[in-house]
Parts: sequence; structure tokens; C-alpha cells
Amino acid sequence: MAMTYEKLLEQTALADDRFVVMTAENRALVRNLPQSLGNRFIDTGITEQTMIGAAAGLALRGRKPVVHALSAFLTMRAFEFTRTSVGIANLPVKYSSFIPGVLSDGNGPTHQALEDVSIMRGIPGMEVFAPADEEDLVEMLPYIWATENPSYVRINTKPSIIVHKAYEFGKAEMIFEGSDFTMLTYGFMLENCIKAHQLLSDMGYKVGLVNMRNLKPFDGDLIKSILPKTGRFITVEDHFLTGGLFSILAEFLVKNDLHIPVSAIAFEEKWFSPGTLQDVLACEGLTPEKLVERIEKFIQNA
Amino acid sequence: MNETKLKELEDFALRVRQHIIPMATQGGCFLGASLSAVDLLTYLYVNHLQINQSSLDDPNRDYLFLSKGHDVPALYGIFVELGWVKKERLSNHLSTSDHVYWHPNRHIPGVEFHSGSLGQLPSVSIGVAMDIKIRGGNNRVYCVMGDGELNEGSCWEAFLVAQAYKLDNLTFVIDRNQFQANMATEDLIPLESLVDKFEAFGLQTQRIDGHDFKQLDTAFNQVRDARPQVVICDTVRGKGLPSIEARADRWFCNFSEKEIQELMEELVSGQQANLTAEKLVVR
Repeated sequence: MAMTYEKLLEQTALADDRFVVMTAENRALVRNLPQSLGNRFIDTGITEQTMIGAAAGLALRGRKPVVHALSAFLTMRAFEFTRTSVGIANLPVKYSSFIPGVLSDGNGPTHQALEDVSIMRGIPGMEVFAPADEEDLVEMLPYIWATENPSYVRINTKPSIIVHKAYEFGKAEMIFEGSDFTMLTYGFMLENCIKAHQLLSDMGYKVGLVNMRNLKPFDGDLIKSILPKTGRFITVEDHFLTGGLFSILAEFLVKNDLHIPVSAIAFEEKWFSPGTLQDVLACEGLTPEKLVERIEKFIQNA
Repeated sequence: MNETKLKELEDFALRVRQHIIPMATQGGCFLGASLSAVDLLTYLYVNHLQINQSSLDDPNRDYLFLSKGHDVPALYGIFVELGWVKKERLSNHLSTSDHVYWHPNRHIPGVEFHSGSLGQLPSVSIGVAMDIKIRGGNNRVYCVMGDGELNEGSCWEAFLVAQAYKLDNLTFVIDRNQFQANMATEDLIPLESLVDKFEAFGLQTQRIDGHDFKQLDTAFNQVRDARPQVVICDTVRGKGLPSIEARADRWFCNFSEKEIQELMEELVSGQQANLTAEKLVVR
């Protein structure tokens, strides 16, 4: 049986009693852990702030709390507790963020975490990761949980449509190289980018594709190595344009005096229309076919 | 508590106040809030907490978290008297080269955690108390809070969780000095009846005179039941300096050197100083 998030967390916590599993009554990922972890499973109820403060207290005592809640509330309701109690002390609290980005599908804008990467990466010392699927997730987590820094993971447990390369901490996964332009993406959007890549290749474009895996630390070395060999970067993300991958890339390019055209697919000054996930993707122009249309416009307008 | 011990605590608290008052110049400090907490903190550190200079990092020590934050000069004064911090270090107050400023920093020996943003440390205290319970320890956790701080919703969220997890090793200590930043609590966001509120939240609650060492001794040695505890300490903001006591406009104080001299004399004589420094510098 393939490794799952819950199984990996259980194995990790049983092997190392520093690990404590916490949730603000969001048990979707950890339903079976109360039985196996006993008093190292702590559900604080619908109290994201108290959960994060208590996680800081547990970390002060030497624990590594892995904390669970819906992305919007884990990041925003508890933000000051994260920034002030976890961040200032740089405590190893490990955030597992459930239904980030488009994964909140029909919940509506209250539940849309489209600024989570932006606000979490703004905390000094906080590491930010976005696995593309469950295979990528379980490949990355042992490295993420091993650090003594706080970290934020955009959890994504969908099945993989590719076999991933082994993970190296902080390094992105180069999926395809391509001289016309290179798509940079992370998390849920990788699958549709792979499908869009196929369509674009069929049309004759030479298209690169990178699964960023990490947003902080950012794999600038890979960007530098691709830059001379490709004509343009296109960032694709289910996040606000402000503060996500497009911003991170732009900051990196400016800081290093690197020059290349960059186009962005992201939510620009808007939340998305809630619905079933497939309808959301169609409505917001994030299906493979719509991605191809949008990318062709970038190329034609260049 | 015998008279010798009582005298020892009173003398200790007087010396702590003598360390605090000179910090209210050249930039100033939250003098009123610091003086209200001196006696209860003196009692806890001198006569109650299982902690000493050699056990500051011992996982079996008692923990005291200062959640109200801006009364940290009281901690500085106590730590100097206990020998954990050198007296000369207090002259670094507001120097960027040290960690001695308006709110606690845990680089100061004895400070368990930083605070300043109100309503943050009740939950951190809960995490520490939970871990002690998981490990089967007997040490205790104290979270000292301001009464104005109780405006913050996160405090009440934390109280709910503390009672849910039956954290009988955790005591919330309320410095009930009747003032929040600029106003009397009862004139802005009334808190009474505070005992009823805490009892309704499932906490074992006592209310005492927070300047009476005998009452502090009785309260903190009260037989505990299976609930988290609350000790509401009725105090006077600015306690020890009649010229600033119980005044909304003497919360943050930044006096001249001459005024500090007069206040140091007032502390001993009770003769009110002639204060002309600007009132109520809102921070």
C-alpha cells in the first residue's frame, strides 16, 4: 500500500516522541491518530489561536508539534500567534494546512486561502512548501519535519500522475526543459500544467516545466541555470498575484539583476467563484485547455 | 506566615520598587503597572515558585509567564534582588545593545518568554502545562495577566481549553489594578463580576488583596481541586507612590531626574512628590 500523509505522520510520531499532533477540530487528515498517539494527540476545539500558542508552549518544552486546521484559519485567524509566539522564538512548529488555494472549492471566499504563501513567507525563519500531490508530499515531509525551524506546508493529497524525482531539501523538481518558455508552478496546479505542457508541445512549442516544491527557501540556483536557456518564465499558481510565486520570482530577478520576460497566471485582485473543483478550474481559466489559451496570448502579445 | 518572613517579603518588595522607579526616566517605563504587580510577583518568586538560579533551565522548574508584559520592570527588580541579573544591567534600559526594554525578552535570565501583545501567553502557558502533564511532572505553571488584558478574546478561548484539559497544574494570576491603558476598566469594558465569570468558565477562583503577603500565602497554598486555578489579586496601580496611585494618567511615566529623586524619597516617607512631567503618554 502506498504511503499516505496520515500513515507517515503516525510512523514519525511513534518513532520520535518529540512529535505531538495537534488540531483545531480539523481531523480530516488525522482521524486514526488519537488511538495510536494517546495524549500526544491534542484537539483544542475550534481555537486556532490557542492551538498555535499551545504549540509554542509545547515546543518550548522540546516538542515538535504538527498542527492542523483549514488553511484560511490556520494562517489568518492565528496569524499573530504564529508571528509572535512561534516566529519571534523561531520554534519548530510544523503547520499542515488543509484545503489551500482552489481546494476550498465550494466553501466560498471565507475559506479561500489565496494569500497563505504571501503571509507565511513574510515571517523571518518560516519555511514554506507546496507539494504537488500525495506522493510528492510524503517524499518531502521527512525533510520538512527534520528541521528545527517553523514550517508551513500547503497540504495536497491528490494522486500523482507522474513519478517524482527524489526530493532534495530546498531544491525544485525540473520536469521538462524547453527553450521557448518555462512554466514555474507549485502544488495543485502541477497536474494541469503537465497536461497543458502536452498540448503546447503538440502545437510545436518547446516548453519547460518546473515543480517548485519549495517557496522558501527558493531554488534560485535552478532559476539561474534555466534563465539563459529559455525565452520567458510563466508562473502558474492558485494564489493571489500579490506575494506568491510571481512575487518571489520577481524579487529574486531584481535582487540578482537578472533580465527575462515574466508572465503570471494567478488570482489578480479577486477571489474565485465557489463551486465544484472542476467547475472552479473551468470558470477561472485553470483547466489545461484554458491555460494553453492564456499562455498563447502571452506569447502572441510579446 | 510568621512576622520574620513577612518582614523579609516587605523589605524585598521595597528594594524591588527602588530598582523600578529609576527606570521611569530617560525614555521612561510603565511605572504604574509595574508597581501594582511587585508584591504578588515578590511573593511568588521569594516564597512560592520552585525555581532558583541553578534551575532556570531545569525542565522540572516551576514556570512563570508574564503575559501583561509592560510590568517587566518588576521582574527586572526581582531578578536583581535574587542575583540572577546584575544591578548595573538595569542602566542598559532602552539601550539597543541589551535586551532590557519595555517588554520581556527571554535573553534576560529568568524571563521564560517574550510578551507585550496581550492575550498571547495564556495559550503558551497551556502548552507548557499540557507537556508537563504528558510527561507526568509535578511542576506548575503560573500565567500573570493584567485585568485590561482580559478584554482580549484569546484569553477566554484559552480558559475554555484549560478547563477542557483539566490543567490543574496551571494558575492564572490576575493583577486586578482596575485600570487598562488609559481608563478605569469599569468605565470602558466592565469586568465585574469577575469571580463569577471565571467560575462559570470552570476555573477554581479566589480573590484576595494582592498587596497582603499573608493573603497571597493562603491563596497560593489553597487546596486545589481538579480545575485550573485563578487568583484575582486586587491591587493599586502605582502602589507605593501615593502621587501616582490609582490614576489613569500615570500609566506610562517618563520623569526628570529630580522627580525620580523625589519619588524615591516618597516611597519611604509617603510625602508626595511634586510632579510636573507630562501626564499620560499614550503608547
